[in-house]
Amino acid sequence: MSEFYSDKDVQREVTELQGKSATAARLFDIRRIIGGLFVVYGVIVTIAGFTASDADLDKAEGVNINLWTGLGMLALGVFFLVWLKLRPVAPVPPDAVPGDEPRE
Amino acid sequence: MHPPTHPPVHLAAELRLPTNWLDYTILGIYFVVVLGIGFAARRSVKTSLDFFLSGRSLPAWVTGLAFIAANLGATEILGMAANSAQYGVYTTHWYWIGAIPAMVFLGLVMMPFYYGSKVRSVPEFLLLRFDRAAHLLSSVLFAFAAILIAGVNLYAMAIVVEALLGWPEWVAIVVAGFFVLAYITLGGLSSAIYNEVLQFFVILAALIPITVLGLKKVGGWDGLSDSLTKSHGADFMTSWGGTGIGSANPLGANWLTIVLGLGFVLSFGYWTTNFAEVQRALSAKNLSAAQRTPLIAAFPKIFIVFLVMIPGLVAAVLVPKIGTAGSDLQYNDAIPYLMEQLLPNGVLGIAVTGLLAAFMAGMAANVSSFNTVFTTDIWAKYVVKGREDAYYVRFGRLITAIGVLASIGTAFLASSFSNIMSYLQTLFSFFNVPMFVVFIIGMFWKRTSMKSGFWGLLAGTTAAMVNYFVLYKQGIIDIPSDQGANFVSAIAGFVAGAVVMVAVSLFTAPKPAEELQGLVYGTTSPGMAEPPAPGDEAWYRRPALLGWGAIVLAAACYIPFSF
Repeated sequence: MSEFYSDKDVQREVTELQGKSATAARLFDIRRIIGGLFVVYGVIVTIAGFTASDADLDKAEGVNINLWTGLGMLALGVFFLVWLKLRPVAPVPPDAVPGDEPRE
Repeated sequence: MHPPTHPPVHLAAELRLPTNWLDYTILGIYFVVVLGIGFAARRSVKTSLDFFLSGRSLPAWVTGLAFIAANLGATEILGMAANSAQYGVYTTHWYWIGAIPAMVFLGLVMMPFYYGSKVRSVPEFLLLRFDRAAHLLSSVLFAFAAILIAGVNLYAMAIVVEALLGWPEWVAIVVAGFFVLAYITLGGLSSAIYNEVLQFFVILAALIPITVLGLKKVGGWDGLSDSLTKSHGADFMTSWGGTGIGSANPLGANWLTIVLGLGFVLSFGYWTTNFAEVQRALSAKNLSAAQRTPLIAAFPKIFIVFLVMIPGLVAAVLVPKIGTAGSDLQYNDAIPYLMEQLLPNGVLGIAVTGLLAAFMAGMAANVSSFNTVFTTDIWAKYVVKGREDAYYVRFGRLITAIGVLASIGTAFLASSFSNIMSYLQTLFSFFNVPMFVVFIIGMFWKRTSMKSGFWGLLAGTTAAMVNYFVLYKQGIIDIPSDQGANFVSAIAGFVAGAVVMVAVSLFTAPKPAEELQGLVYGTTSPGMAEPPAPGDEAWYRRPALLGWGAIVLAAACYIPFSF
């Protein structure tokens, strides 16, 4: 290392690594996971809401909180899945430098 | 491992939650998904840049939500609810003045230098701008602080899980430590960030029902406001009431120390130079996405305060003696208490999952930034240089395991502070404040010499520590509370660091101008000249609009709480 570790060294190194990086090409889309988990949670909690006992309702100030939370989570899950369906990530061309191409 | 000493923050025994199979099913599903993300992200790790910085390839909404989630650990959630039960609406300061301006500054002003210079960490920027002494000192301080804070998280989690679920402390520590270790060693930063995004939504799903039911229980906002005004005085329900200089308030701070200490020094130190945060922005796919990372995070940050403050205030109404000798409940119990009182099975499982997820994310953010700094800044630059890239990926995985084990060992350090938040802020005022001084002077004053960085860091850290541990703790200066003392220590650290930097700069040689390209305000680097990606010119993606929008919104939020 020279006296100053110069910004050119860092830029060369990082640009090189970015060229070989596999994240952009191989990382899955998180929207699928959020959507899937929230649909599952939404269904479970909504069912708990349909079968709520009087004790459950009394505890939650008379609100069927499982039902409302479940429906809310279900809606969020569906939103992410629909978003994923409507705006899928464009596949990365294999020879392009990751990070420069439009995605989303 | 050394078992934690008996803590003063033990949650009351009656907080045991009535969890059933439904709640544990929900929790179990979450743990499976967390590991699944780790395994699925593993195939994307090919280079060290993938492991430590997600290959600089993530979209802005993902890095933005991870940016906020990395901050929204459970210590923050429980600590801010505790703060609200103790100090009332003053808590809003930690959000509106103590976060938003700094986040916007990071996005609009500092990010072009960070991202454009292609550094992989905050200390690496110091290496380029200053010298190896400043770099090594900041790397070591950061690595140390990250492990300490990860330990705080782990310890806090063990106490909460023991009280709520009845698991022995060591079980909670081993389980959470194992999951964090597994998903970060497998998938690196991508795995940490994806889990943070998921955690963000789960924690919202946990906090919103608690807030809504809590408000309903005390008769809505008006009922809440009336009973607290009656019991705690009118200032309790305002942001600025009683903060005149010389007037007494429970926070022990006046408007000047709030604005300078919290709003300027502590907040800018935390948000702009804490690598656990900045790392999320550095993993974005281009400069525009990196700039938008803290700006996208700013909008949820403005409103999350209501989800932690309202449960804290509700707890203060329902348990009037909370936090005093007259009650078994500590301030930190505010949210667990409401979970126990209000949530039926099902939503209760979501809340428990959200809390555990927040603990793991808080720890993971520190572990994933620690392994990056330790590998790229300490190991690869001073110990084992010039090896092939695959070696550093292997080393990164190894040091992740060591870091998790070390944080388990440091967990017991948290036990001497009753308010978790206060403990974290004490640490930040010692490590982040001088970092911020060094950055801000180094970025805006070309004359700042290479040697001044090291001395500024050292002087600032020392001054903050001396002020807190000697002047305040020994009673030499009189400050009414730990929080107030934190603000003053931060200001002292900032001033000492700045004075020493300027003095050293005047007597030592400046860095040659050609070495400062892209590192000092007014210069540009090749990384900044990249053309914007298509679509980034849309009005709603313009950083300036997002940033100023967040500031105006935060200022507007103060209005209803100022009179």
